[in-house]
Amino acid sequence: MEQDLVRIEGLSKVYATRGGPVRALDQVSVNARRGEFLSILGPSGCGKSTLLMIAAGLLPASSGAVLVEGKAVNQPRTDVGIVFQSPVLLEWRTALGNVLLQTEARNIDRAAAERKGRALLAAVGLAGFENKYPHELSGGMRQRVSLCRALIHEPHQLLMDEPFGALDALTRDQLTLDLQRLWNERRMTVLFVTHSISEAVFLADRVVVMTPRPGRIDRIIDIELPRPRRLAVRDTPQFAEYSREIRNLFLASGVLREA
Amino acid sequence: MSIEDVEARVQRAQARRERRAWAAAILSPLAAVVGVLALWEIGVRAFGVPAYILPPPSTVAVVMQSKAPLLLAHGWVSTVEIVLGYVLSIAVGVPLALATFLWPAFARSVYPLLVSSQAVPKMAVAPLFIVWFGFGLLPKVLIAFLIAFFPIVISTVVGLAAIEPEKIHLARSMGLGAAATFFKIRLPNALPSIFGGLKVAITLAVVGAVVGEFVGGDAGLGYVLMSANGSMDTALLFAGLIGLTVIGVVFYLLIELAERLALPWRSSARDGGATESM
Repeated sequence: MEQDLVRIEGLSKVYATRGGPVRALDQVSVNARRGEFLSILGPSGCGKSTLLMIAAGLLPASSGAVLVEGKAVNQPRTDVGIVFQSPVLLEWRTALGNVLLQTEARNIDRAAAERKGRALLAAVGLAGFENKYPHELSGGMRQRVSLCRALIHEPHQLLMDEPFGALDALTRDQLTLDLQRLWNERRMTVLFVTHSISEAVFLADRVVVMTPRPGRIDRIIDIELPRPRRLAVRDTPQFAEYSREIRNLFLASGVLREA
Repeated sequence: MSIEDVEARVQRAQARRERRAWAAAILSPLAAVVGVLALWEIGVRAFGVPAYILPPPSTVAVVMQSKAPLLLAHGWVSTVEIVLGYVLSIAVGVPLALATFLWPAFARSVYPLLVSSQAVPKMAVAPLFIVWFGFGLLPKVLIAFLIAFFPIVISTVVGLAAIEPEKIHLARSMGLGAAATFFKIRLPNALPSIFGGLKVAITLAVVGAVVGEFVGGDAGLGYVLMSANGSMDTALLFAGLIGLTVIGVVFYLLIELAERLALPWRSSARDGGATESM
């Protein structure tokens, strides 16, 4: 299907560890459509980060394939923006310097890149902080810089591995809104890994719910909430219904255990 | 009381505290040194300690003044040995570390030899160097180099190896080649560790130069120490020690200065520039 940008077909991953083999992923198949925001939701250890790393070409699969526009991924992809759980900023570069590393690596014209970088930083509320070093920024600010770095080269795809996991709830809410706004302007294809039901439902067009290890797909849920979504959508009955459906999946698969 | 008044009061108190802290930071060590010198001076005189065992500071000061040209001349010789030995240890140590990091085969074969070589006491090697290289500058430079280069190798290898894996993932996803990844990411990341090794190495280079002068000396402060020892001129011995200490401290501070210039982001982190909240 031409609409599918990313096809994940029968992906399996087994780690060989000192304590024996670990089945991280078990024949996961899912497709991401062009311009779609796909959330991958599951408990710790379900292989969702592994899935993302394989999709990014940073980890080899044990079996199965990831196809981007029909071509198999077998080396690190440079056509994506990637945001990790920790900001991974270079301590010796300023905020702007960190964002511009992306464009320096791609030999993009410096002046244009700098303009874009400053605009992006301003868009996430970091105007005035361009020349601060990472140690002078809070965790939320660093993660925003990381997000700008992932967007400055205007990739068609964004891969995000629990980017807001280490942040406090309010910062997380704000960054979720910022991400939604930036995505809405650019409409890139996003693979967003999270362990938060609320975050997954709020941001996504579809939520891929995963089982505990070995990670399989439990269910893929279409989220038909109108866009753009305000924070208040979390109080609507429709949102609650999606959350309930996912919660029940987790209760059934043992991710959550009630007395 | 309004918040403005409270803020003004807190700021005044902070300014007072900072002034006091600054004074204490300078005065306390100064007072300690003066105190020790005073106790030393009084104690030596009170207990009638002979000068050849422990001369009073006043005598040492007199000797430092009267023998100043001698001390400066020998101090200069030692300084040259230290600098040459140190530069050599960097020139050899860093490439060695790079080779160890980049080529595992090299690491496997050379590393054990390197480590074993460090177990050899340099004082034992020094006479051998005198036999091979004669008296003069070269053996001392070589001994200084031998003692100083190992911390540089270790700190460089450790610095190059110790990096968040995500930084390398990031480099790959940005399409940075091996060389660019090394120079833009791995090497700057290693600099704090490397500077740690450089700071240790400079103190060891001083030791090395002195060891060389002990064994085959006809010049330098180490030689002054040996000859002062031989003639029981303990005041001169102290003068020489002070000279060596000054040289060591000055060089160490120079390396610290170089570190501050090379890593501006790090020194400001040490002064606590981080914000606590958004």
